Amino acid sequence: MELPDKRGRFEEYGGRFAPEVLMPALEKLEKAFNEYWKNTGFRQELEYYLKEFAGRPTPLYYAKNLSEKADGARIYLKREDLVHGGAHKLNNTLGQALLARNMGKKRIIAETGAGQHGVATAIAASALGMECEVYMGTEDIERQKLNVFRMELMGGKVIPVSSGSCTLKDAINEAMRDWLTNVETTYYLIGSIVGPHPYPMIVREMQRVIGRETRKQFLEKEGSLPDAVVACVGGGSNAIGIFYEFLQDNVELIGVEAGGRGIETGEHGATLCAGTDGVLHGTYSKLLQDEYGQIKTSYSISAGLDYPGVGPELSYLLRKGRIRVTPVRDKEALEAFKLLSRSEGIIPALESSHAVYHAVKMAEDMGRDQTIIVNLSGRGDKDVFTVAKALGVKL
Amino acid sequence: MRIEEKFGELRGKKERALIGFVIAGDPTPEDTIDIVGAMIRGGVDIIELGLPFSDPIADGPTIQKAGERSLKAGMNSDVFFELVKKIEGIPKVCLTYYNLVLRRGLDEFARDCSRSGIDGLIVPDLPIEEAGPLLKACRRHKVNLIFLVAQTTTEERLQRILKDSSGFLYVVSLLGVTGVRDHISSGLKPLLERIKQISDEIPLAVGFGISKEEHVSEAIEAGADAVIVGSAFVRIIEENIGDREKMLKGLRYFSRRLKKATQNVRCRT
Repeated sequence: MELPDKRGRFEEYGGRFAPEVLMPALEKLEKAFNEYWKNTGFRQELEYYLKEFAGRPTPLYYAKNLSEKADGARIYLKREDLVHGGAHKLNNTLGQALLARNMGKKRIIAETGAGQHGVATAIAASALGMECEVYMGTEDIERQKLNVFRMELMGGKVIPVSSGSCTLKDAINEAMRDWLTNVETTYYLIGSIVGPHPYPMIVREMQRVIGRETRKQFLEKEGSLPDAVVACVGGGSNAIGIFYEFLQDNVELIGVEAGGRGIETGEHGATLCAGTDGVLHGTYSKLLQDEYGQIKTSYSISAGLDYPGVGPELSYLLRKGRIRVTPVRDKEALEAFKLLSRSEGIIPALESSHAVYHAVKMAEDMGRDQTIIVNLSGRGDKDVFTVAKALGVKL
Repeated sequence: MRIEEKFGELRGKKERALIGFVIAGDPTPEDTIDIVGAMIRGGVDIIELGLPFSDPIADGPTIQKAGERSLKAGMNSDVFFELVKKIEGIPKVCLTYYNLVLRRGLDEFARDCSRSGIDGLIVPDLPIEEAGPLLKACRRHKVNLIFLVAQTTTEERLQRILKDSSGFLYVVSLLGVTGVRDHISSGLKPLLERIKQISDEIPLAVGFGISKEEHVSEAIEAGADAVIVGSAFVRIIEENIGDREKMLKGLRYFSRRLKKATQNVRCRT
């Protein structure tokens, strides 16, 4: 059976735990999405924007130098960093903004952690002529000044959030509150496969283009399927995007989470690895929480992985044993950041660097006849200040 | 005392109910007993106590900050139930978010409500569609699970919510989050009328944005059986954290003024 079911469930995960004020809006959104997603005109318009504006399809690049360094399995990179805006996020924002416009909404709000989803929302809103406001934690604003400025250049208004831990989860809280207040005029554009049903489904459908292209490109190049696909997991949108088309295949799927300073230190964002079941931001999934159910503050050097929740579908796939998850620490991600930059001339986002690190480690233990695909979900220009600081370099 | 008895008693006196909300443990668990005492002395009929959650999406900044103060002072579900036991002589309602209920276990949470004399439970992020399991647990332990309705609630959902509601119905007076506002929404009256057409048995308590006597009167004129005042009480606590006597006096005085607006009203029936 196709999941989620009618109640938005991936077996026990998912659902719709939202305040009453939002329930009718969520029902309407679900109905609108189901209609437009089947509508050829809508799909053609989205495809037009994805191709002509976003730059799809993105290449599947054989990372020859990196593979030689690993001296094992051959590593391919799905170049989502080449999507306009610098990350896979635009696949989703273009689709949802188009949906919002068709639903007659003029104002889009979004939350952002690393700023990539905020930037992608600002891009889509600008391209489609809509108003855009982005909630962002003050801690993240500090970490991602460049993206704040980019959003503003494209007409997005950044609203600082200084409650709680001042990061992504607090930005989501604020965006939800805005939506509660302005539900009749406003479209809430969620950036990952989280939130109440139908968001996890909508965002997955918008991101599946990554896996569809990857599978086809890989078959053309290698005539077979890869041994493994590796993606980083914050909320999980790039991971589900590339995993989904391989779910029925004999391909190992690995989600890499933010190990931060190490799981044992408690300073991490590894929700699938170390979390327990609960409800946050409208969905039942794995969470980082204490014994009483209070949400813990997550931590990662990369703002995009710094989230104490995760998409319900990934919790489901993990429980089913269909995906595997592993943490990669800050230090290791930095190492991969440098390694890929130097060996291939590609500066990866710190988020994606987590996946690169794990893929290289895996490759070292595999043979030349084997292959790994890494979803290179974003480019690292936004991270150069963070990385320079971590390396003790003054810019 | 049960919610139902209280509404019966007030009906006899031709009064409407004043429901006062504060976050339990704000600013500290020790203060809550005196804070609630002051509110009761001022005339609050039903006390609603918030068990704070780290990520309260339905609340505005005033209540979120109160929650942060309380959590910092050591509040958790164990402390909460112990504290609530000490409050007596008034119907008690607990408001919290679903994750805290889930984490304790649905049955355990309902049982602990019952054991500490809590007669009603409000979970603002638990819509009727997802409420089945908790509803069962609450019924088992004779706790009323109280649902919210809003202007956006469709006819179909309203029917469904009313079917499973007990205690009272929490009518959200405006779109948005909790907090102090200048006016209450003009959409309130039509909403109350819409509800009464389906059922005129359950008491209708109007909340979100009610912060002064005029609002109380407006809500009652629109047909409310009760008003829920939260942020305005929490604000009095916040503004007087260094001065306990002033805080308690402020709460007493404010309760009295609001209570007055619920008395001597022209009865609907």
